[in-house]
Amino acid sequence: MSNASALQHHFESLEQQKESSTLGMWVFIAQEVLFFGGLFATYTVYRVKYPEVFAAASHHLNVTLGAANTAVLISSSLTMALAVHAAALGRRKQIVAWLLLTVLLGAAFLGVKVVEYQDKFEHHLVPGPSFSGHVLHLEGEEEKQAQIYYSLYFAMTGLHALHMIIGFPILLGLAVFAWKGRYGPEWSTPVELTGLYWHFVDIVWIFLFPFLYLIH
Amino acid sequence: MSAAAAPLVPAPEFPKRHYLNADYGIWSWLFTRDHKRIALLYLASVTVMFFLGGAYAVLIRLELVTPPGDLVSSETYNKLFTAHGVIMVFFFLIPAIPAVLGNFLIPLMLGAKDLAFPRINLLSWYLYMIGAFFALFALVHGGLDTGWTFYTPYSTVFSNSAVIPAALGIFVAGFSSILTGLNFIVTIHKMRAPGLTWFRLPLFVWAHYATSLIQILGTPVVAVTILLVAFERVFHFGFFDPNRGGDPVLFQHLFWFYSHPAVYIMILPAMGVMSELVTCFSRKRIFGYPFIAMSSLAIAVLGFLVWAHHMFVAGISVYSAMIFSALSFLVAIPSAIKVFNWTATLYRGSISYQTPMLYAFGFIGLFTIGGLTGLFLAALGLDIHVTDTYFVVAHFHYIMVGSTVMAYLGGLHFWWPKITGRLYPEWWARVSAFVIFIGFNLTFFPQFILGYLGMPRRYHYYPEEFQVLNVMSSAGASILGVGYLIPMVYFAWSMRYGKIAPANPWPATGLEWRTSSPPPPDNFRETPVVDEEAYDYTVPPKEPFLV
Repeated sequence: MSNASALQHHFESLEQQKESSTLGMWVFIAQEVLFFGGLFATYTVYRVKYPEVFAAASHHLNVTLGAANTAVLISSSLTMALAVHAAALGRRKQIVAWLLLTVLLGAAFLGVKVVEYQDKFEHHLVPGPSFSGHVLHLEGEEEKQAQIYYSLYFAMTGLHALHMIIGFPILLGLAVFAWKGRYGPEWSTPVELTGLYWHFVDIVWIFLFPFLYLIH
Repeated sequence: MSAAAAPLVPAPEFPKRHYLNADYGIWSWLFTRDHKRIALLYLASVTVMFFLGGAYAVLIRLELVTPPGDLVSSETYNKLFTAHGVIMVFFFLIPAIPAVLGNFLIPLMLGAKDLAFPRINLLSWYLYMIGAFFALFALVHGGLDTGWTFYTPYSTVFSNSAVIPAALGIFVAGFSSILTGLNFIVTIHKMRAPGLTWFRLPLFVWAHYATSLIQILGTPVVAVTILLVAFERVFHFGFFDPNRGGDPVLFQHLFWFYSHPAVYIMILPAMGVMSELVTCFSRKRIFGYPFIAMSSLAIAVLGFLVWAHHMFVAGISVYSAMIFSALSFLVAIPSAIKVFNWTATLYRGSISYQTPMLYAFGFIGLFTIGGLTGLFLAALGLDIHVTDTYFVVAHFHYIMVGSTVMAYLGGLHFWWPKITGRLYPEWWARVSAFVIFIGFNLTFFPQFILGYLGMPRRYHYYPEEFQVLNVMSSAGASILGVGYLIPMVYFAWSMRYGKIAPANPWPATGLEWRTSSPPPPDNFRETPVVDEEAYDYTVPPKEPFLV
């Protein structure tokens, strides 16, 4: 379907509109990098300050689940890339299928995350008054410092999960528009830029996984 | 009045259709995507916040008229200066020039129909309003007593005041600022009129470009930091809690990583306004255009490297303090480049003393004082002597109020005819410019002396010997308050009764002056083409291409 209607009134051409939107998404991602950057800076400071406690605390994390989840998330990036490709070719049903599969894989990731969180609750690893270093074999000062690790664990994975949750309605909205045939060779920028966002969220996890799970 | 005094040029007429009358009713404002209307929404909201923050300042200055803490309790006093700081910093100074003047002018100056993302622009305003709502909720719901800096562990563990709603408000308003910056960056990159190359851009646009970079790269860091404070307070997470091995100084690092550059979010747009005013009222091309443009970027970059000068006595290592001290001195270079270039522009210009130019002169003087005292504070030894005294308070008010508010008012007067299509009353405007200048100096200059003599900030009582200077300061504040109220009255008056403004009343260069006043909804009848350098005041101003 040709798309003169996609051109907004204040742009001269679809080309200009596309370039603007793309730059806008990159600038947004730059701000996201700084947003997570504050967390990574905090993480780095405390990891350097308490290396043993961080290693001991991280041993309770389930590396198998984390690794499986990493695979799931990378797969969702692949399906997202295939959706972008299909959108550029204007293959209506394929776009919808790949987008829905992306959502599905994302949901699977969050499902595993719920299982992991539940484990932390059961073992008193949620920071706060009821925190216990018992399963970590830490006590005294080290038990207290382990709370910093778990505070960072929940803040970082939680904010990452929030970014995925924000992605879902966007992906589903795109699927609806794709079903109506909005995207084709002339105009597929929304799919492309959502893909950019989704890949960024994946990359954050690619950093989180080793930082949180693979400490020795 | 008589026919004998027939004017040489036809009297200006109000354009039949413009952005203000293109649509009617409250919904046409609340759902507008026109950058000009959104600018006016911001104008109304930041004005309310300015006078609200001012009301808190009045209470502070009233308390400080007498040495004993007799008007309010110390707890209330803590809440007063916190409210004053939070409102003025996050809800007035940061959005004031970019979200009002920048929003209105950047598309006009670029020859564009709108900002790149009009809906995101409207979203910015709603986020600002939601943020303001939370902040105001905090103020009526027991108030906030942490100071605008939210230092931990006081804010996370000990304070019994409304930290969470205030933090939430600042978090949300931060995204308003980020999205405004994003919109400006994309618009400046992608929506310039044909022929409008980077080095033909008005310096106002360069200044906003630099500002936007800081908004994009700094604001998210404070957003996540405030979020961590909220997590710590609500869920008892431990990030900065010394009882659990956390480091409160880390909070200060993260906080000032944004909050020092935030000062440049306030001052850079003001400098952009200055560049426009000085060249127009000197009738001369601005001196050293590329240096002024690049110094904006230099300030944005250097501004990210100096934050720990707020923490010289917070327990950072002496070596890191020395490096941050040295880097802080560097910011003086691009700042001085600007002041020297404005001064060189004045040299042999044919200067006219209309109201915007009076504000520009005020800016140069006050910014020079504010900037030079900044060097005192960057100097490690001297800073330790005056840390947390009124010297610091005076310094940053010279920058934030003496400079930013001066430029904001100067810019508001300069572009008022473009915004409303009406002229403001020149006599009253000049009077208020003088009243503000006198009131400002009387308020804040004594505070330099007070601080140097050792009066600490954030106390509601003080020794007897400081009373004379404090009374001077409070008297100045009342003059300053009157000075700010006068423009409120005549601006409101002029919207209805002011003389009708021509398209280019000053006359000035720049695309915004070549469309009608007020501009049509799409800004220009046709996309303008630029074939000249910026600020060419050697030739008579070009005809507007309207009607």
